[in-house]
Amino acid sequence: MLTEFGKVLIFLIIGAIFVAGGMFASWLLRPRRPYPGKVAPYECGEDPVGDAWVRFNVRFYVVALIFLIFDVEVVFLFPWALVYRNLGLFGFLEMAVFLGILLVGYVYVWVKGDLDWDKPLPQVPHINRAPISLSGTEKTAVEEQPVVQ
Amino acid sequence: MGLLDQRFENGNVFVTSLENLLNWARLSSLYQMQFGLACCAIEMMAASASDFDIMRFGIIPRATPRQADVMFVAGTVTLKMASRIKRLYDQMAEPRYIISMGSCANCGGPYWEHGYHVLKGVDRVIPVDVFVPGCPPRPEALLEGIIKLQEKVRRESLVKKPA
Repeated sequence: MLTEFGKVLIFLIIGAIFVAGGMFASWLLRPRRPYPGKVAPYECGEDPVGDAWVRFNVRFYVVALIFLIFDVEVVFLFPWALVYRNLGLFGFLEMAVFLGILLVGYVYVWVKGDLDWDKPLPQVPHINRAPISLSGTEKTAVEEQPVVQ
Repeated sequence: MGLLDQRFENGNVFVTSLENLLNWARLSSLYQMQFGLACCAIEMMAASASDFDIMRFGIIPRATPRQADVMFVAGTVTLKMASRIKRLYDQMAEPRYIISMGSCANCGGPYWEHGYHVLKGVDRVIPVDVFVPGCPPRPEALLEGIIKLQEKVRRESLVKKPA
């Protein structure tokens, strides 16, 4: 008797045979004439340069995230624009609130400098150390204050 | 060398039947290398769109030469582009076919005399199977070229070519 899982097993076997048969026929029939120009890595027709495993700048990630937010905003805007006449003032105000929230986020991102491509230099606090007296009894004044340039 | 490709001295009923099947499969799914060079590419896009619909010939644009069978050289081949086209052709998997589309790709077109930057015919760098005349050719002309290419693919053979 064939159980339900037996049918799944038959499906798996037939699937494996199907793939293996296709690859075997392809191996049998295809022309195979490799030469250095043909097996060279494909880089849009340019000379392949360096390794394919290059490091990506992490700031692309932030830009991609911000793009995604406004991309979704546009996705919401299109159906809203279609039914705008039916919604009237209510729809306008709703979308204004939505856009306002996103605008606040945009301003936040802009002010924080995430859109600046130049790498922000770290603000290292400069520490003024008063000379420590050797007597030990006097006040050892250690002033720490960042110097604003 | 493939196990069966061009290994037969002469055709018999098995070889020719296999040839027919193989050629039918190949001419029915000529995947296209997706790129365009100039205004002929606009006509090529029009041929891809619903009015002309080259997908009914089995032509699907592929974004990598590894999966492409046919390359439409659609537009002016500048000298800078010629080396790229040669490299892309090299990277295509065999069997591979070229359709040269438009006067610029065929012979240099309007740049044939004073175009210091234009290759005078793409057949100077890669072997062309079908030339489609026109400046630019209408999509119907490209379809004609595709049908001509299919007729050529139908005549491909597994029999060893005479040396």
